[in-house]
Amino acid sequence: MNDTLSPGTIGRRQAAALPEQPPQLWKSVKPKKAYDAVIVGGGGHGLSTAYYLAKNHGLTNIAVVEKGWLAGGNTARNTTIIRSNYLWDESAAIYEHSLKLWETLEEDLGYEMFFSQRGVLTLAHSVSDVRSKKRNLYANALNGIDSEWLTPAEVKKLVPIINISEDVRYPVHGATYQPRGGIAKHDWVAWGYAKAASDLGVDIIQGTEVTGFDIRNNRVQGVHTSQGTIAAGKVGLVAAGHSSLLAELAGFSIPIQSRPLQALVSPLLEQVLNTVVMSGAVHVYVSQAHKGELVMGAGTDAFNSYSQRGGFHVIEHQMAAALELFPIFARAQVLRTWGGIVDIAPDASPIIGLTPVENLFINTGWGTGGFKATPGSGWVMAHTMANGRPHELNRPFALDRFETGHLIDEHGAAGVAH
Amino acid sequence: MSEISFSFDDKSYKGHPGEPMAAALLRSGLLTITNSTYHGRPRGVVGLGVEEPNALVQLVSGTMESMLPATVIEVAAGLAARSLTGIGALPDHPEEARYDKTNRYVDTLVVGAGLAGLKAAEEHLRAGREVMLIDDQPGPGGHLRQLGQELPPALREVLAHKNLTYLCRCTATGLYDQNYIVAIERRSDHLGNAAPANRARIRVWHIRADQVVLATGAFQRPLIFANNDRPGILLSHAAATYVAVHGVRGFRTAVVATVDNQGYRDALRLHKAGVTVQGIYDVRPGAGGPSVDAARAAGIPVRFRATVLDTGSNTAGALDNVIIRDLDTNETIQIAADLLAVSGGWTPIVDLATHIGIKPKWSAEHAAFLVSHTTDRLRTAGMLAGDFGGDDDPSVYFGPALDEEQSRHAYIDLQRDATLHELRRAVGAGLHSIEHIKRYTTIGTAHDQGKTSGMLTIGALCQLNALSPGDVGTLSFRPPYVPVPFAALAGRERGPLSDPIRITPLHQWHVEAGAVFEDVGQWKRPWYFPEPGEGMEAAVRRECVAAREGVAVMDASTLGKIDIQGPDAAVFLDRIYTNMFSTLPEGQCRYGVMCKADGIVFDDGVTTRLGKNHFLMTTTTGGAARVLAWLEEWLQTEWPDLKVYCTSVTEHIATIALVGPKSRQLLQELVKDTDLSKAAFPFMHSREATIDDIPVRIARISFSGELAFEINVAWGYARHIWERLWALGAGYGLTAYGTETMHVLRAEKGYIIVGQDTDGTQTPYDLNMSWVVSKKKEFIGKRSFQLPHLKAAGRLQLVGLLPGNVDEVIPEGAYITVHNAGPDEQGKTPHTGFVTSSYYSPMLGRAFALALVAGGLDRMGEDVVVPVGKNLLRATICDAVFIDKENLRRD
Amino acid sequence: MLYIPCPHCGLRNETEFHYGAEAGVAYPEPNTLTDSEWAKYLHIRANPKGWLAERWVHYAGCGRWFNLWRNTITHEIGPAWLPFTTKPKAPGNIGQEGPRV
Ligand SMILES: Cc1cc2nc3c(=O)[nH]c(=O)nc-3n(C[C@H](O)[C@H](O)[C@H](O)COP(=O)(O)OP(=O)(O)OC[C@H]3O[C@@H](n4cnc5c(N)ncnc54)[C@H](O)[C@@H]3O)c2cc1C
Ligand SMILES: [Zn+2]
Repeated sequence: MNDTLSPGTIGRRQAAALPEQPPQLWKSVKPKKAYDAVIVGGGGHGLSTAYYLAKNHGLTNIAVVEKGWLAGGNTARNTTIIRSNYLWDESAAIYEHSLKLWETLEEDLGYEMFFSQRGVLTLAHSVSDVRSKKRNLYANALNGIDSEWLTPAEVKKLVPIINISEDVRYPVHGATYQPRGGIAKHDWVAWGYAKAASDLGVDIIQGTEVTGFDIRNNRVQGVHTSQGTIAAGKVGLVAAGHSSLLAELAGFSIPIQSRPLQALVSPLLEQVLNTVVMSGAVHVYVSQAHKGELVMGAGTDAFNSYSQRGGFHVIEHQMAAALELFPIFARAQVLRTWGGIVDIAPDASPIIGLTPVENLFINTGWGTGGFKATPGSGWVMAHTMANGRPHELNRPFALDRFETGHLIDEHGAAGVAH
Repeated sequence: MSEISFSFDDKSYKGHPGEPMAAALLRSGLLTITNSTYHGRPRGVVGLGVEEPNALVQLVSGTMESMLPATVIEVAAGLAARSLTGIGALPDHPEEARYDKTNRYVDTLVVGAGLAGLKAAEEHLRAGREVMLIDDQPGPGGHLRQLGQELPPALREVLAHKNLTYLCRCTATGLYDQNYIVAIERRSDHLGNAAPANRARIRVWHIRADQVVLATGAFQRPLIFANNDRPGILLSHAAATYVAVHGVRGFRTAVVATVDNQGYRDALRLHKAGVTVQGIYDVRPGAGGPSVDAARAAGIPVRFRATVLDTGSNTAGALDNVIIRDLDTNETIQIAADLLAVSGGWTPIVDLATHIGIKPKWSAEHAAFLVSHTTDRLRTAGMLAGDFGGDDDPSVYFGPALDEEQSRHAYIDLQRDATLHELRRAVGAGLHSIEHIKRYTTIGTAHDQGKTSGMLTIGALCQLNALSPGDVGTLSFRPPYVPVPFAALAGRERGPLSDPIRITPLHQWHVEAGAVFEDVGQWKRPWYFPEPGEGMEAAVRRECVAAREGVAVMDASTLGKIDIQGPDAAVFLDRIYTNMFSTLPEGQCRYGVMCKADGIVFDDGVTTRLGKNHFLMTTTTGGAARVLAWLEEWLQTEWPDLKVYCTSVTEHIATIALVGPKSRQLLQELVKDTDLSKAAFPFMHSREATIDDIPVRIARISFSGELAFEINVAWGYARHIWERLWALGAGYGLTAYGTETMHVLRAEKGYIIVGQDTDGTQTPYDLNMSWVVSKKKEFIGKRSFQLPHLKAAGRLQLVGLLPGNVDEVIPEGAYITVHNAGPDEQGKTPHTGFVTSSYYSPMLGRAFALALVAGGLDRMGEDVVVPVGKNLLRATICDAVFIDKENLRRD
Repeated sequence: MLYIPCPHCGLRNETEFHYGAEAGVAYPEPNTLTDSEWAKYLHIRANPKGWLAERWVHYAGCGRWFNLWRNTITHEIGPAWLPFTTKPKAPGNIGQEGPRV
């Protein structure tokens, strides 16, 4: 019976348990009166910023202030696709820097994160799709990013369960493949940074919402919070999902719209997929996580929202597309769906750098694809905060690009870019 | 009752049609259904329905859905299943069952057909409303049904009411904004072999209800104690139901551990069914009420302030004895038993309410989170609202104090093998939030989504930190309430129905002519027309030659077409296009470019002035809908003073492009009423004419630089015109061509394709089209040309490229580097642009390309290098017009 | 799947509509603006937590644009109004219990 049940894999199996988590994670503390720097937002990016501020720049009298439970925003909700094969040089540079950091991160933090370079496939489904994916490939080659072109037959070899028949509505014409891409376990990434930062003396403050800023002579002096005012020499806004609100509180506007983005998982399944598969054209983003569940990303809802839930029609559409590519998924089940709130800039690229307020820095706009940037984003944000000027890698992502018109338009590359 | 056989793990079992498979397995004495996922411990049935954490199976018969609790699968002829250790499998043969979807708008939707739900339905029916009542059980009655009792006659009448739609086996899986409910109706599995072949296995209901009543009832909770996972340890209500209703006879001696009076009622049911109940161990200091009195009257021993601490097993791993602890003295006693029935209180099913963000409230009196949320559109009823009906009087209690060793086998989430020990470790590691604990321990993430373990986690956390469950709050539940197969959600949207296919009126002709098609958006367009034995390259060369030297024809019907009328139409177009349209004489055509407000080219096409106040705009195939939406947005939200009406006529008017030096002669044979000569019908003019009495509009538009005519005709007549051309054309060597040849021809003339030669960052200036930008008027996007970056030096500009090797077609998308530049120390190679379009030109007898090159317009004649893999291709920058720079051929 | 009141057609499912972000951002007189003011028009739109006056178009129905009050936390729908007519007041605060549906 097992042979009819298992597509080239095993029959019933005993699952491998996850490794045990360390007995001590981070220390939760009450805020002090003053810090050299305060980071608003305890997601992956805020925590990595704190860690690199402490580690690379020796700033340890700092705090991360999180309104809810640590890393409970998009960090806890994303589909964890990691890759660096972006089109534009500016994007490729920052994501590749991030990917390089990922490659040594577990060692650096001394923390298991299930970072798995299982490769990321990006499918093309039409002649024009092939053309733009190939452009991406050539651009990557010049930027020193590993990326290959696979024919449909090669795609099939890598992912035997994929349907490459000509008869489907949008057949697979080929794919780009980044072998160094992959996935990681989101919570553990955040916890690893939190623990490492906490061990270096960073205060991690949960359940504390930043409600305003103490700004005098156009210079930030501290933050008002639900637990009182905290003085701060420097403040970094790293609050995905709420960044435009915080900017307004600080007296300036940023070009950000906040939208729900959904994802879903299946129950545990025997391994059928060892690679991450993405298809912008038919809206499928899928990987099979370490325990065995299929993790799939869906689309964004059409409208602004802070609700952390999305429309069901988005999920239904997602399933129809998934079955076209993977007929074998028909018997899988949607176990749980959820939504995060992603902050999207007009060019679908991040905004990292200075603000009109002195000593107030911002890091936002990672939209649907910032998990992969967690290490790199924190690295350059820490540099920017420590030095009061951007790192070379985030200079192009300054807020003023909307005034000069120098946008970095990753929309063209993919509607939703995980 | 009739008996049929079914198979489980390749063994045959007997069961009654319609009863839960779990009941049949228990009755046949199968206690251990599977081993646990990580610890490999024997596990058996625990619950009655979707809350079941252990008895997960995969169907082997029928569709082979990957994972279902044996407690919800109904026994049917032909049923076969296999046990799972928490991990399903995906068979690779196609899933052939049918799935469908339907929509329903009702006055009232009641979720749950228990007593509370039926009463709510009755009330709403009485108020004259149309009511839909759905329930996941095979029949109505809810709790009553589990007690094996009949519905009272009054409620049976409700079910027969003409304004009621009652659906059984129908589970509400999600509650969404504005009373939108998604429900899954399982329609055929329970019929087994007898299911009609054409019946949808699952129907997905999309229900929009004016009012919703949630009467979803409650799950019974287990308790946390050492070795609480052995086969033979069941929720008391489930145990009593299996024994009393389903005739399970295997259990001889039972111990009941309870925190409420439900335990007494279940003890009595067990007792009456012939099970020896050794005792009821109640954590409370005392208890009263009819349930307690009845159990005592039946002679069941009761001991207060006592509960189960640990259990022992027989060699098969099933329950063999129970260790009871006296909560005052801490003394323990051991009691032999093969059934431990646990009643830890009720957990109302708050899931649906939490889907839309309602926060359940803790009630110590009920020992439960309740949703008493009431608005004029959403109500709760029954247990969910706190109406427990009986004399329960529960204690808030989750289990005895356990030492570290005991905690290692005290399971909170059976399916994830997550224990109290792990929960304590999580807290010890510094985690406080229930969400963190869930993530650290994986509690609540399995197939049952924490239906029973969620509350235990809260309880354990409260015990550790001396909190009340109200302080901790519930876990967040997410849709769907039960797992839903992907196939059900995909429904019929599979294969050709997964996305609409758009075809032109000539599609069938193309198919018959052997065209190879290309997907362009939803359209199917002929890519090229190979003759027998011909590949793409040869076909395209032949088609190109025909167009340049003879006559060729192409179906351009997919072009977007927008009819624009009204006294202000010309003013409007002046604002939309970068160039002027108000000056366009009637009967003439003009190419136009439109930008978004950011100054970036967004679409292009030829617009014809049909009358003073009447234009016909064409757009790119992919841009049609976008452009129409764009026009409407400006008209409606910015310029309401303009009297202009826009109508999409893409699928009203078919367009046939007749191209080549012989096109005039051929067409004139068909067109008798209009002089097509150069003098009478100049380039970029449009004429009304007839072919075989069919009205057509002919325009001298050329996307190839050749003499060409675009014949516009009503969609339904297109095939006729095409056939006529084809018949007459035989003598001219008329050749049909597809999009690839169209691309070659237009690229030879340096005509852009928006989206191929642009990437969303080009202004018209970048495309060497300053001539299309009017200096005399305002238009959308003009202001942005003044932004520093948009007028900066060194922007990518459209140029031509001539490969050094005349036969080498440079791949499109390839990047252009400066001469001999290699990678820098970071492994990066600087580049200066990229190839947008690249083809072999039979006319030129060589390969050529279009490219966007930094400052390219000032770099004519410069040699560049295009690295492609290991090869460095050489090319020279040139003008983007390769053929007929003087525009002589088009006349 | 929001249920959106088209002023012309009545309540319809969200999938019949397209979104148009903040309502009432008038096209400015472009040539009087500094680059920074122009950039603001191009790129900055309100993104409040709570009631948002926003634009929708019933593209799969009557094809008309209209404005709508909608709550971005609870997805409650407030009144709709036509372009160039008076904007109704934002609806009041929601109750403590959670969203009204
Ligand atoms: C469904 C989904 C799928 C995704 N898939 C991918 C993917 O596959 N790959 C990928 O690379 N990216 C993906 N992303 C995007 C990615 O999750 C985000 O870009 C990234 O996590 C952002 O990181 P962050 O740490 O800044 O955000 P968050 O984790 O959201 O952190 C922001 C924190 O700020 C806190 N905060 C907000 N306001 C305040 C305040 N006033 N005071 C204090 N704290 C505040 C929030 O509570 C939150 O914890 C996905 C996102 C979603 C929602
Ligand atoms: Zn309408």
